[in-house]
Amino acid sequence: MLIEVKNLKKIYKLGDIEVPALRGIELTVEKNEYISIMGPSGSGKSTLMNILGCLDVPTEGIYVLNDQDVSKMMDDQLAEIRNKQIGFVFQTFNLLPRADALHNVELPLIYSGIPRAMRRKMAQDALEKVGLGDRIHHKPNELSGGERQRVAIARALVNNPAIILADEPTGNLDSNTGEEIMEIFQQLNDAGNTLVLITHEEYIANHSHRIIRLLDGLVQSDDRTN
Amino acid sequence: MYTFSILVEYLFMAWTALKTHKLRSILTTLGIFLGVTTIITIFTTIQGINEYVLGELSNISSSSIYVQKWPWGFHDDWWKFRNRKEITYKEYEALTEFATIPDYISPLVFSFKTAKYRTVAYEQVPVIGTNEQYKDTDNVNPAVGRFLTELDVQRNHKVCVLGDDVAKNLFKDEVPLGKRVKLGTDKYRVIGVLEKRGKIFGQSMDNFVVVPIGTFRRVYGGHRGMRITLMIDDISKLDDMKEEARGILRRARKISPGDEDDFALNQQDQLTDMYKTLTGTLFAIVFVIGAISLIVGGIGIMNIMLVSVTERTREIGIRKAIGAKRRSILIQFIFESVAIASVGGILGIIFGFLGGSIVLSQMNLATGVSLTSILIGYGFSTFVGVVAGFYPAWKAARMNPIDSLHYE
Repeated sequence: MLIEVKNLKKIYKLGDIEVPALRGIELTVEKNEYISIMGPSGSGKSTLMNILGCLDVPTEGIYVLNDQDVSKMMDDQLAEIRNKQIGFVFQTFNLLPRADALHNVELPLIYSGIPRAMRRKMAQDALEKVGLGDRIHHKPNELSGGERQRVAIARALVNNPAIILADEPTGNLDSNTGEEIMEIFQQLNDAGNTLVLITHEEYIANHSHRIIRLLDGLVQSDDRTN
Repeated sequence: MYTFSILVEYLFMAWTALKTHKLRSILTTLGIFLGVTTIITIFTTIQGINEYVLGELSNISSSSIYVQKWPWGFHDDWWKFRNRKEITYKEYEALTEFATIPDYISPLVFSFKTAKYRTVAYEQVPVIGTNEQYKDTDNVNPAVGRFLTELDVQRNHKVCVLGDDVAKNLFKDEVPLGKRVKLGTDKYRVIGVLEKRGKIFGQSMDNFVVVPIGTFRRVYGGHRGMRITLMIDDISKLDDMKEEARGILRRARKISPGDEDDFALNQQDQLTDMYKTLTGTLFAIVFVIGAISLIVGGIGIMNIMLVSVTERTREIGIRKAIGAKRRSILIQFIFESVAIASVGGILGIIFGFLGGSIVLSQMNLATGVSLTSILIGYGFSTFVGVVAGFYPAWKAARMNPIDSLHYE
């Protein structure tokens, strides 16, 4: 089991009012699964994504990632987990605007202390995997939206993470480009990567093999697609 | 793992940040630049002057005691010294009779006279009356002829020894030895010319004539105040010599026990000390001025770093999301702040040296590049960079990754 989530709760405090975002999520993810998490706004999918991505910790409950209980970790421990185990793909790409594609992809490796020469090689390989081998010295503003998202994907997979988390990865792209990105995800999954997608679009979710629907902070349904 | 390679990475990041905001970085570092320039300019200048002054002071014998009416140095109660009795021939006689420790004792009285040889006149020449031991106490050596002898002094011979300047002015290419020179009213036979000594503090040390003290007193009057020099070969006995002289002088001047000395026993240390106090004060002032501009510069840097951290909230979020720890973010921004301050520091060192060199060259003194001032300049600017950058960097390091990722 790659991910095991038990009775996961997240309660935000706004002054004296407690706002529950997650009210007891149960979830397991196996290695090499390809999952979509869906739900309307306010269903708690962003909160779940933040916790699964170790950007945040739950108020209650247990989250075991790769045999490590990460639900009670401190800031720097979480940073280490994010660096080694998780690859993020964001809706808004979140690339460093002044760094070229290669440097953006290198970034996680810098923080894991990998020597420069090795780092460059790994980053270049990752960029080639997403079909940007000839664009490594372009800066984000010299790349199209699809290309930017591919740089972000290369960055997400360069550290060979346990899980790739993608938050509305096609949300800022036109549908053709979105399809291209979905193809890359398919290839990554075929190559053995575990993917978790957050989306509110059915046709995107249908690319995955399992759809988890959230409503009001609880799992409403958990179905395999065919 | 914190390897050398990651530090290089931080340097690279800092450099990129500087390049991206060239004008802003330069304006920010202006305060540091001016602070360091001030410090280095004055530091260099003072060092140049120091070397010169201490070199010159070493010309004054450190194994001598100078008996004078006035103490050396600065004093508030100058009127007290003004009303003192002059040091006279009587004290000189007392010292020569009773002092056992000094190896050499020489008196010194002087008066400005016009020196004349045939038709050539040379005005305002200091004529010094002294004895044969002046040769040792004041380290003068005859280049030609001889210095005064004991006999010249005992018999009040009408002879004189010329300083190099006087000899050149009066005699041009002629040989002065044996010629008669008129000093004021009387004529003297030239028995020697002294070796050239050059200048101290820009003043010629060769513009004087030496005659026997008795002759001087008889011709020009014996009422003048004098300076008596006591010198010793073994410097460890300097204090003994001083105390012995004090006793003899107090007795000769009939000072009651418990009353203060009404004469001064000066020594070279006093000048060195005085000079050091003076430059010490100057250093302190410079330090304060420099520190103020560095503080102001530091505040400027802190301000810009706070702006920079806010502007780059999203970048911080990205870095944290992909695994940067607090420490990594902290170091990144401190490096950036240090880089800004260092640019000002390095430019300040360069301009400070130029400034110092210009000042020193105006004074005709040599300039030296000193490692100390480079270290001081660079050390200060780095220190300011770290201090000024710490709070903004700490703020950045503590940012929440989720909030900063969604910062617009």
